[in-house]
Amino acid sequence: MKKLLVALLVAALAIPAVAFGADTIKIGFNIPLTGDQPKVGEMSKDAAEMLQEKINGAGGLDVGGKKYKLEFVYVDNEAKPESAVNAALKLIEGDKVLAMVGPQASARAIPAAEIANNNKTVMVSAWSTNPKTTLDRPYVFRACFLDDFQGPVAAKFASGELKAKTAGVLYDVASDYPKGLAEEFKKSFETINGPKSVVAFETFTTKDVDFKAQLTKIIEAKPDVLFVPQYYNEVPLIIKQARDLGYKGPVLGSDSWGSAELMNLCGDDCKGQYFVTHYAAAGAKGATKEFIDAFTAKFKDTPDDVAALTWDATGMVLAAIQKMGALSNDLAKDRTALRDAMSTMRDYAGITGKMSFDGKTGDPVKCAVIVKINDKGEFAFHESVCP
Amino acid sequence: MGTRITVPAALCALLAILVAMTQKDILGQYGVTFLCSMGIYVILSASLNLVNGYMGEFSCGHAGFMAVGAYASSIAGVFLFVPDKVFGHPWLPMSMSIVAFPFILAIGFAAAALAGLVVAIPSFKTRGDYLAVITLAAGYIVKSAIENIEAVGGPRGFMGMSKVVQGMDTIAELPWMLIWIFLSVTFTIWILRRFVYSTYGKGIMAIHQDEIAAEIMSVNTNKMKLIAFMLSSGLAGLAGGLYAYLISFVNPSSFTILRSTECLVMVYLGGMGSLTGSVLSAVAFTIMLEFLKPLEQLKWVVIPLVLILLMQFRPEGIMGNRELSDVFPKLKRFYRFK
Amino acid sequence: MGAEGLAFRAPFAFVTFLVLNQLAPGQDMLHTLMQQALNALQQGSIYALIALGYCLVYGVLLLINFAHGDIFMVGAYVAFFIASMAMGKYGLLPAGIPKWAVLAATVPLTMLLTSGVGVLIERVAYRPLRLKGANRLYVVITALMMGIILEYGNLSILGANRLSFPSLMPRMIFEPFGARITITELSAIVTCFAVFALLQWIVTKTKLGMAMQAVSYDKFAVPLMGIPLDAVIVFTFFLGSSLAGLAGLLYALNFPVLDPFMGAMVGWKAFVAAVVGGIGDIRGAFVGGFLMAFLEVAVVAASDYVPFIKPEMRDLVSFSALLIILTIKPTGIFGKPKTTKI
Repeated sequence: MKKLLVALLVAALAIPAVAFGADTIKIGFNIPLTGDQPKVGEMSKDAAEMLQEKINGAGGLDVGGKKYKLEFVYVDNEAKPESAVNAALKLIEGDKVLAMVGPQASARAIPAAEIANNNKTVMVSAWSTNPKTTLDRPYVFRACFLDDFQGPVAAKFASGELKAKTAGVLYDVASDYPKGLAEEFKKSFETINGPKSVVAFETFTTKDVDFKAQLTKIIEAKPDVLFVPQYYNEVPLIIKQARDLGYKGPVLGSDSWGSAELMNLCGDDCKGQYFVTHYAAAGAKGATKEFIDAFTAKFKDTPDDVAALTWDATGMVLAAIQKMGALSNDLAKDRTALRDAMSTMRDYAGITGKMSFDGKTGDPVKCAVIVKINDKGEFAFHESVCP
Repeated sequence: MGTRITVPAALCALLAILVAMTQKDILGQYGVTFLCSMGIYVILSASLNLVNGYMGEFSCGHAGFMAVGAYASSIAGVFLFVPDKVFGHPWLPMSMSIVAFPFILAIGFAAAALAGLVVAIPSFKTRGDYLAVITLAAGYIVKSAIENIEAVGGPRGFMGMSKVVQGMDTIAELPWMLIWIFLSVTFTIWILRRFVYSTYGKGIMAIHQDEIAAEIMSVNTNKMKLIAFMLSSGLAGLAGGLYAYLISFVNPSSFTILRSTECLVMVYLGGMGSLTGSVLSAVAFTIMLEFLKPLEQLKWVVIPLVLILLMQFRPEGIMGNRELSDVFPKLKRFYRFK
Repeated sequence: MGAEGLAFRAPFAFVTFLVLNQLAPGQDMLHTLMQQALNALQQGSIYALIALGYCLVYGVLLLINFAHGDIFMVGAYVAFFIASMAMGKYGLLPAGIPKWAVLAATVPLTMLLTSGVGVLIERVAYRPLRLKGANRLYVVITALMMGIILEYGNLSILGANRLSFPSLMPRMIFEPFGARITITELSAIVTCFAVFALLQWIVTKTKLGMAMQAVSYDKFAVPLMGIPLDAVIVFTFFLGSSLAGLAGLLYALNFPVLDPFMGAMVGWKAFVAAVVGGIGDIRGAFVGGFLMAFLEVAVVAASDYVPFIKPEMRDLVSFSALLIILTIKPTGIFGKPKTTKI
């Protein structure tokens, strides 16, 4: 009996020792593995797994001379805001992660960011472009540009290279991202080309597939360019219907076009069009090309912008951890130290571009890339636009 | 003497225990949120049971009323306490937030009840399947309407409620949402119990059995239906308001037909016409959702399948139309329903 | 002229008006109107085909088959797989079969397989409840749940990646009166009218059709008259689901991006159309479908001229129209008021 008690005591003491013994850094991922946009979740997870393999394969992350193994925890936010909040709580409270990457889409990132900020845990959203995500939240960062930068970039490109004097816009009014971006585009385009140069500003709701009524009105107004800040499942239908109705001009897109799925669904209709995005796969050089090759080899799929941005977002968090110098065992202290390290990050060389935080906001100063869909259906780099 | 004070005393004790657990960190924030969502589901399930269970109608628009309540409470809270771009400066200081919160919830209740009134009027002329259609349409209309209202952010959603909750925290460091939800659940069950065992309740059940006969027997069916509808949707609005403050963020896509389906599953799982049943099924449902999480998408194949099998083999649900005291008669010693 | 007569004649009057006014000044406006009318006709044919399915099942079983919209989705997916298989994508058949042959094979196969799905659902889910004499409510709930299972089942099995339907028809564009319509859109409209005519003939002139009408009058007397009730019901589901499958194929040809939830909204709109037209009467479903489409297109087209209306209010207006019609005339445009014996 005594032996049993002693054995139990030793076991009870050993368990926490075992838990603390392996030096690990836990990062949480709040991503949509199910729901409306599982491709986003899938791409995020793939990129993260690749990064984890790379670092752990080299022995772990070196922080102040000590090597730590990376442990990534993935929680599904089901592409729903309240599930994103639950996922954030689970990661922060339950899994006690050091930092959280994601949610990616603004509709989920905004509420989850509130939770992260309230719990003083660093959150980096790779893909959310809505300003509200980081507004007034010192603990929340993002790895991409904002819509109030993307809109003017698109407008300038349309007026400049595409020589458009008038524009038509078709967007989903029920979704944060297209709505904000469409309005930003309109503002800048009209600043450049005069009031009423956006001759058609038509709307539809999510899940609509028939845009012929709106397109008929747009074509009637004879725009020089059509701006469509929509996702890869709507764009092919819009372009096809526009062409069927007689529109022959160029179609300009935004970073939501960047998915590899676009060409599967769109085919020839999309060739020759331009869109603004975070990075271009075809024609990439250097570290970006290495990433793309490794990803394609491992997952048999070209990484889209979400994958690349997740790679960068996670990489930034890891770089900030290294910058901290040392990890104490006090989680709260570490999280605050991580936040300070993140906010003073300068010139982080990401594969989607150099990123710096100015200490005041969590928004990096980043360049955008204009991509042309060439005749082979690849996303080819066209030009880079920096603020 | 013992029978009359036992139940309220037990409830107070339970609340005190829960609060103590959070203070001592036995119950972390995740656990609190879990209990809170369970509470919200209980309110939704019990309130829908009034119309779908006791009254035998087929209302599929519960999420719409929840949305109305959520937005109304959120707007009221932000309007009164939080500086906001659209609503301007707060009218009241944050120190009054605890006192004012029941009023904020009451506003949500009232708004949703009003919405219920609007939906109930066309339903007088129709029954059965047509009511399903009307309520479904009402749910879509509410969602669509909110998406079109810029002032509350439209599809972008509405925020700011967390500041009210934080304001309550500055006064006393307690798990306020847990407390409010607990109180609301108690209130809901109490008011539904009183309603069901009053003349109104009997009128509702008469309408369920045979509307025309009830009309002939001088039951004012229109008035009964109206009140039942308003109470049911008002409580859904209450649940919506609590939900809004719980996750500090409302947007229209949280209130779709899937939400209404969840409510339907809970009602039919628990048993039409059983208050205990709806409470039990809400608890079971929340737990089931938690356990089914690893299944991901298959979750939404399993849950409807459960309901279909239920319809085939046990359509009366867990409790049928019996209450807890019918199953465990000894409990009658501690409290009386009638 | 009653409400029915007016509703039936309105779309045709509209188009006639356009034709007669073709030479009037304001050509651009006219082209736009004509274009919008064609858009509405095309969308309306899909709604009408699905609405007919709802109507048939309701007429016979007094059941709103909420899973019907998802059967439409299944039809589109079935068509996708048959077409892909016929075009040699899975290696089962040689590539290089001409597109018209693929189309010719896809149409009947899709209809057959989709009707199989519908009949299966009836057999497995609805019939046991009907035989038990269960409350109609339980069947409706089963239908609603069946729809969700179809959607999420598809999502789990095939994943959420959207599928691109192969283009089976050449890109020919016709230009009646300055508006443009492709051959796929035109075929949708023509098919819908043809199917309606066929259905009208089946229901009024064949034995099975008359049996279906008999069942909708009095379900209990029918077996007494020597008509096999189960066979009639199976036939109804067969017919309704094959129409949904056909609608799915036509839809996929016109909107070649498939996702598991495509049936949800379209199914709802078609259902609203059936109710507005007067569920239980196939003319009602047919007219209701076009009415819904015209209403939607009108909302978008009129958003420039009428101050409060915006295109995204399309759904809002459709559902509000439903509420208004149900308040004024609960049985719909073509429906006959039912009397209940106490």
